[in-house]
Amino acid sequence: MKKHLNKKDFSHGLKRGLPIALGYVPVSFTFGLMAVSGGIPVWMAVFISLTNLTSAGQFAGTNLIFDNAGFPEIAITTFIINIRYMLMSLSLTQRLDKTMSFGRRTIISYGVTDEIFSVASMEPGVLTYSFLLGLIIGPVLGWTTGTLLGALICASLPESLGGAMGIALYAMFIAIILPPARKSRPVMIIVLISVAIVCILRYIPIFSAVSSGFRIVIAAIAAAGIGAWLFPAGQDQENAIRQEGDNI
Amino acid sequence: MRLEKAFLAVVIMALVTYIPRALPIIVFRKEIKSNYIKSFLRYVPYAVLGALTFPDIFYSTGNLISAICGTLVALWLSYREKSLVVVALGAIITVYVTGLFL
Repeated sequence: MKKHLNKKDFSHGLKRGLPIALGYVPVSFTFGLMAVSGGIPVWMAVFISLTNLTSAGQFAGTNLIFDNAGFPEIAITTFIINIRYMLMSLSLTQRLDKTMSFGRRTIISYGVTDEIFSVASMEPGVLTYSFLLGLIIGPVLGWTTGTLLGALICASLPESLGGAMGIALYAMFIAIILPPARKSRPVMIIVLISVAIVCILRYIPIFSAVSSGFRIVIAAIAAAGIGAWLFPAGQDQENAIRQEGDNI
Repeated sequence: MRLEKAFLAVVIMALVTYIPRALPIIVFRKEIKSNYIKSFLRYVPYAVLGALTFPDIFYSTGNLISAICGTLVALWLSYREKSLVVVALGAIITVYVTGLFL
């Protein structure tokens, strides 16, 4: 039985997705610049953004394409960087509309990014297909449009502005984690543990073999694991954290 | 790299990006009962975003000082609960302006 889209959920999703879409433009713009300046055609830069829809993974993969790396190296590096999506998708499954069809699940799986996941998981109640579809469309457009603009403008931009764009993604991450971390001590402590672990793995020489993608995976699993042990979240706490997310 | 090979590399990247996203959503549908795992999954996004941001943000602009200035502005604007776009723009402008003086 084919269910129709719920217009209210869909437009609510669109509204929630708009800030992500706007936030993606400067980041994907930087990617477009980087890709074309490295010798990739404009259409392929846009194709990468449309099919990968991720920041760290596609930045790293594109760098490897520049370096003429082999397919296994490109596949493994990109996969390792993207393992974190497994944790996010696993978390989302707990909130998804249980009656969602296989086909619809394959579509919304495409849209699991750090930001879309964060906004979706802060949303109270069951996550419907209509809401998630609306949530995903804006960021996909923002990500591909930004890439196209960056690719087209590549040659005419001063280098200093290109460098300044690099901070955009990280500034967005701060904007997502700081407000809830300010109000929830467990969240703040977990973020600090995670950053501490990632710094240890990065700066202490014996861990230098650990790739950047694996550092994120190890730090996140350890910090969230310690956090869940120290602060098992009751329903009240979950709701409190989710409400903070409404500011996004 | 030749264009055909680059295209194939992009398709491989797309697949290894899609698979981790899709596997849990398509295959795994049971409700998790354990309060520990629920809490764990609830905390994961904050842990991931924290680890993604620091210390990489300090290397994101090609200049440590401009990156630190941009980070401080981003922290201050986020503390004031400004929107994602305002925080990102504030950081970009700060990095660009400090870059002019360095």
